[in-house]
Amino acid sequence: MNNNLKVIVNGLIKENPTFVLLLGMCPTLATTSSAINGMSMGLATMFVLICSNAAISALKNFIPDMVRIPAFIVVIAAFVTVVEMVMNAYVPALAASLGIFIPLIVVNCIVLGRAEAFASKNNVLASSLDGFGIGLGFTLALTLLGAIRELLGTGKIFSLSIYPENFGSLIFVLAPGAFIVLGYLIAVFNKLQKK
Amino acid sequence: MAKLKSTFKNMFLSLFVISLVVAVLLAQVNKLTAKPIAAAKALKLENAIKEVVPEFDNNPVEEAYKMATPAGDSLLVYPAKKGDEVVGFAVNTYSNNGFSGNIQLMVGFDTGDKVVNYAVLSHAETPGLGSKMNAWFRDTAKPNQAVIGRNLSEGNLSVSKDGGQIDAITASTITSRAFLEAINKAYVVYKESDADSGATQQNNPEKKRKEERGGTHE
Repeated sequence: MNNNLKVIVNGLIKENPTFVLLLGMCPTLATTSSAINGMSMGLATMFVLICSNAAISALKNFIPDMVRIPAFIVVIAAFVTVVEMVMNAYVPALAASLGIFIPLIVVNCIVLGRAEAFASKNNVLASSLDGFGIGLGFTLALTLLGAIRELLGTGKIFSLSIYPENFGSLIFVLAPGAFIVLGYLIAVFNKLQKK
Repeated sequence: MAKLKSTFKNMFLSLFVISLVVAVLLAQVNKLTAKPIAAAKALKLENAIKEVVPEFDNNPVEEAYKMATPAGDSLLVYPAKKGDEVVGFAVNTYSNNGFSGNIQLMVGFDTGDKVVNYAVLSHAETPGLGSKMNAWFRDTAKPNQAVIGRNLSEGNLSVSKDGGQIDAITASTITSRAFLEAINKAYVVYKESDADSGATQQNNPEKKRKEERGGTHE
């Protein structure tokens, strides 16, 4: 397998941020009340990850070690603010439903974690691919979590009705359901990975 | 290029340059998106008004004014006019007694004290329970739970649990109470606006006459 592909697959499976690293639990649990919310949160994070990884990797020799964390945060915050403004301008309904969790991508430990662990040691291409892989892993995990919660809670997936809403169990849309579904998903993921 | 050493000068310059570039970048993006953001907000407001009052041809947003409530705060009132005649008022009202705090509503009245429609602008109620208010009070097929078409001159609205006439959302009585509180609050303000505009005096006698005539037909 060539190296670039390895970096992507690494982010997707071996170091899946949600199921393996267990990073960024706050947006994972809070925004996945429906599949579309989970997916858009994942995509927003993926965009920030790719851009910040690329920028930080390009700047890595320019940033002295002792101020690397503030420098990384400024770069990440810049991209998050861009995402927030663009979402407010063109998809206001979605921005309203994700609310505070878009600005909070700034302090998402996945983004800072990848900047520190990967982008500051690798070249721009590899770092962007890492951002893409990790972001894709995060997006898929959030979409899956959102879809399962939406299906069990309201009988819909992406607002498409699968079974009547009255048979849904509301707990899955609420916070406890997020923990329950995430727990089972992690168990299944670990089981599959061990094989 | 070798990595910069962590001297004071290097640290200062590096952070300064990064912050400067970021600031310029964000200023540009802000410039680009400021207009669409304002437009999206205006559109949302306009749609909410359109939804809740009878058809109009003026610009209610431009003619909006603040109206004090007895509680000591004030609500925004959007008058809807067709030609020169006032056809209704949209009131941006709220309640702080929701299950999770603030609920913002746009409530529309016609000139005869009746609720035309409402729109939920923002809320933080429990998904699947309190959040049902967006549809629950609209369902005219279930007359015990709909607020649309209710005439508030007959008295304030309250939930059936409190001896009122409206069925609360199942398992969300607190949200329902807050919702009705907001509508009652809007009605008080509407009443004042209506009296101010003089529309009531012009329209209502005529309307009543029409109703009477309709009655004699039967």
